Amino acid sequence: MTEVAPALVSYDEAISRYEPVIGLETHVELGTVTKMFCGCSTVFGAEPNSAVCPVCLGLPGSLPVANRTAIEYTIRIGLALNCSIASWCRFARKNYFYPDMPKDFQISQYDEPLCTDGWLDVTVDETVVRVGIERVHLEEDTGKSLHIGGATGRIHGADYSLVDYNRAGIPLVEVVTKPVPGTGALAPVVARAYVTELRDLLRSLGVSDVRMEEGSLRCDVNTSIAPRGSGTWGTRTETKNVNSLRSVERAVRFEIERQAGVLDTGGRVVQETRHFHEETGTTTAGRSKEEAQDYRYFPEPDLVPVAPSAEWVEQIRASLPEFPAARRARLQREWGLSDLDMAALRNAGALDLVAETVAAGASPEQARNWWLGELARRANETGADLAALPVTPAQVARVSELVASGALNSKLARQVLDGVLAGEGSPDEIVAARGLAVVSDDGALLAAIDQAIAANPEVADTIRSGKTAAAGVLIGVVMKATRGQADATRARELILQRLAEPG
Amino acid sequence: MGSDRGCAVDSLASMPITRDEVAHLARLARLALSEQELDHFAGQLDVIISSVARVQEVAAEGIPPTTHALPISNVYRDDVLTDCLGTRAALDQAPAAEQDRFRVPRILDED
Amino acid sequence: MAATELTRMTAAELAAKIASGETSAVDVTRAHLDRIAAVDSKVHAFLHVAPEAALAAAGAVDARRAAGEPLGPLAGVPLVLKDLFTTTDMPTTCGSRILEGWRPPYDATITTRLRRAGIVILGKANMDEFAMGSSTENSAFGPSHNPWDLSRVPGGSSGGSSAAVTAFEVPLGLGTDTGGSIRQPAAVCGIVGTKPTYGGSSRYGVVAFASSLDTPGPLARNVLDAALLHEVMSGHDPCDSTSIDAPVPPVVAAARQADVSGLRVGVVTELGGEGYQPGVLGRFTEAVELLESLGAKVTEVSCPHFTYALPAYYLIAPSECSSNLARYDGMRYGLRVGDDGTRSAEEVMSLTRDAGFGAEVKRRIMLGTYALSSGYYDAYYGKAQQVRTLIARDFDAAFEQVDVLVSPTTPTTAFPIGERADDPMAMYLADLCTIPSDLAGNAAISVPCGLAPEDGLPVGLQIMAPVLADDRLYRVGAAVEAALDQRRGHPLLDDAKGLKGEGEVGGK
Repeated sequence: MTEVAPALVSYDEAISRYEPVIGLETHVELGTVTKMFCGCSTVFGAEPNSAVCPVCLGLPGSLPVANRTAIEYTIRIGLALNCSIASWCRFARKNYFYPDMPKDFQISQYDEPLCTDGWLDVTVDETVVRVGIERVHLEEDTGKSLHIGGATGRIHGADYSLVDYNRAGIPLVEVVTKPVPGTGALAPVVARAYVTELRDLLRSLGVSDVRMEEGSLRCDVNTSIAPRGSGTWGTRTETKNVNSLRSVERAVRFEIERQAGVLDTGGRVVQETRHFHEETGTTTAGRSKEEAQDYRYFPEPDLVPVAPSAEWVEQIRASLPEFPAARRARLQREWGLSDLDMAALRNAGALDLVAETVAAGASPEQARNWWLGELARRANETGADLAALPVTPAQVARVSELVASGALNSKLARQVLDGVLAGEGSPDEIVAARGLAVVSDDGALLAAIDQAIAANPEVADTIRSGKTAAAGVLIGVVMKATRGQADATRARELILQRLAEPG
Repeated sequence: MGSDRGCAVDSLASMPITRDEVAHLARLARLALSEQELDHFAGQLDVIISSVARVQEVAAEGIPPTTHALPISNVYRDDVLTDCLGTRAALDQAPAAEQDRFRVPRILDED
Repeated sequence: MAATELTRMTAAELAAKIASGETSAVDVTRAHLDRIAAVDSKVHAFLHVAPEAALAAAGAVDARRAAGEPLGPLAGVPLVLKDLFTTTDMPTTCGSRILEGWRPPYDATITTRLRRAGIVILGKANMDEFAMGSSTENSAFGPSHNPWDLSRVPGGSSGGSSAAVTAFEVPLGLGTDTGGSIRQPAAVCGIVGTKPTYGGSSRYGVVAFASSLDTPGPLARNVLDAALLHEVMSGHDPCDSTSIDAPVPPVVAAARQADVSGLRVGVVTELGGEGYQPGVLGRFTEAVELLESLGAKVTEVSCPHFTYALPAYYLIAPSECSSNLARYDGMRYGLRVGDDGTRSAEEVMSLTRDAGFGAEVKRRIMLGTYALSSGYYDAYYGKAQQVRTLIARDFDAAFEQVDVLVSPTTPTTAFPIGERADDPMAMYLADLCTIPSDLAGNAAISVPCGLAPEDGLPVGLQIMAPVLADDRLYRVGAAVEAALDQRRGHPLLDDAKGLKGEGEVGGK
């Protein structure tokens, strides 16, 4: 069924007349060693169907046993999101037929999630948006299908499918936000910022490697709009296949535009699941289903209730690391930066790099100067991310240290960094190999100085007459003669000394 | 569980199950019943459902459900690797296999 | 030792004679394989017989004995497994076309425990498809026949295991009890069958019908044999989250004790009366009087919610089974029908399941799907789980007053094959007395208590004990058995007209 595209409404136009409400459902693959209900490996990229057993294949007679670490990780996530942790809850069966589901039901949680009612603060353009967290629950992942025969490798038009159950049974945590109204034109950006912040938080907790490109972090975005001032909320759509942070933002943006187009022409937004297309930045409707899915949830009889003790929860709470937001606030204080400066660091993707450089011994100002200055310029030239540059914070700190001690001046330092980026080795190795050390040896300097004086007698006279500023000219000559490696300060001292001498 | 799934309980016991409803159940359960089977089962299910509906006569306000003889909770395993089946054993009795994967007919619904 | 002698012995006797060297495990196995070959074409208890594997296992026991290694209490004794225990060396069909020929890649925990104990598995027993039924007529591979009267059912769903033990094809059988599927066949076949406390033995590798009710248990011709098997098969399993982490109750010691003096016995008011065959009630009443004469104190106890046990069960079990059986979709193993390259996965699943499942299974799947549907959950499944609590509380209250409860095991003796096959409700009534213990999860046993005068067919006495008090079953059961055997002068099975010597199914 081809969808008839309504007239496009520009984003600004749409947002001027409609208010959006967004919601996000994020699935996180936990980084446990083994699966949720069996001891099979969770390693990504294994040979197909090599990490399966009777339990995760759902063979007749098999039974699940819950992975304690997965429970712990889920509680960690819940605590980090300021949730209440259930004192008693159960797993439930979500029943539906699908070839990538070995049991044709998924063990999940229904009306008894492990964590509820929390929040995550998200900063966008100096505004703090508190995104409410409805629930965090635990479930098992499904297998993966390859669709063969169709044009695009997607389901439509495929002749058959090939299923790999390696992924089936990997623990999955689902984080569901409460609806987020009141973001106005910032809705797409807030959605993206939330996923970014959540990702960073999860990474800091050490519970997942949260790589969207590998599928260990998956996002579904819910969007609805209603006429400004109407006081109601519109019908929401759910958009799947949102595989990057950028896609999160684009998907929300497109849905707002699309839904505005529908409403403008007097239509009704259909409550449905839509598919996001990376290439075009648009969404299309999924195959319409005759009836809404009835999953016939009931408590999983093969598992017993999860009742984490208060002691265990407190132990987990005590082991939580510093969260990204708190860390950023602390660094901002320690470095004495303004909000604007801090935002610049984050936007450039330089925050962690600067922090590591400082940890390696550089001053915050120096670290910022290097990363936001010279190195940012190099990154832009090649179109790479800062973090992708072939130089480490430790190396930057070393260069900074060499400048501070006077062994290098800034021009030489830039040459050293060139060398590092070109793969010539460490800063010290390059200084030695290229002979880039600042020349402070008086003997060598005097030789160059005497030559400069001899070649510029008028300048020398000017200096002798008391106009010491002219020393700069001679310094320049000395610099040129020493290929920029002269210690300028010492050279000046020696020049003035020399010219003060009689004869 | 299911507190948000209330419905008019009194009326259920007296509601007969229609042939269409049985057809719907068969679809949900992925059973391709023949017309004769549908007729046959509709009559039988109607009788059975009326009979089991007797549970609604029991006053059970505030009674918790039971799922296990003993109140066991917190049964876990450690996050350590155990033996897998191996690809060959896994695919051994697959109705169809290709490229070390289970081959299944074309799937209609996007999940 | 003559083969017929060996097949007539109890499991305990066989184990002793093997351990002492009077006979060998191989000879014992051969004798039973011969018996199976002689009579199973009539009984049809077995779906699969594995002579080579069995003789190899028996040989291994003999080798261990020869090497002076200590043998377990049942080493070398033959046994049949109901065909829903997974076995790597034999098919596991669950009595269904959808799993016809399926060879599991793993053994059930119980299978492993039995093998480790030196028990020799002779094969897999016929059963009602996926354990749904009370007669074994729902097997996709034809019914089994009651050795007392081959035109009658051996009960179900563990009918094959029960018939095999009754016909002296094996001294021991393993079944599962969900609504009565061990006790009811035991009763109508005149043997002993126990439903242990739920969680007492591992369900890992036991193909699920109704997860919160399924309980593997022993079948044998006498109480001590059942106790010995109960002990070997039971115990905690980390692969089964619902298994109980506690020592196995001392069932063997209790079976040897067999003393009921001072024991308080309660007759359940609600399990008797109209709808019960007169001969069944008669033999039951006599058994109760016997207990009294042995020193037990008998009272009547009311368990008012037991009248709702049947409807609650027929909501809970189908609900869980509708979910447990969803995996049989033709995608990964088992039957696949209709995959002609044009059909969708959904269509192939539906065609496969329609072709692979029998009528009773389809009925229960649809019933379960209905009961769990949005809008119906609270009234049906939700309500049934509450009724379950009330039934458990009835038991708790009763066990404050008495040590064990008794009732007939099932309202009638073995009915003719075909009589109830088209009447599901009539078939369900066979579980009337057994279901309460499945719902509450407590332990229950059926021991023979005579023959109904009107048809000369066995009647079972059901004894029920509190959760984890499985030993009481054996104490009472052994006492009744000893007294009745003494009164009769010979074991009950000697009276089976159908159970004759070699080559004949029945009698002596």
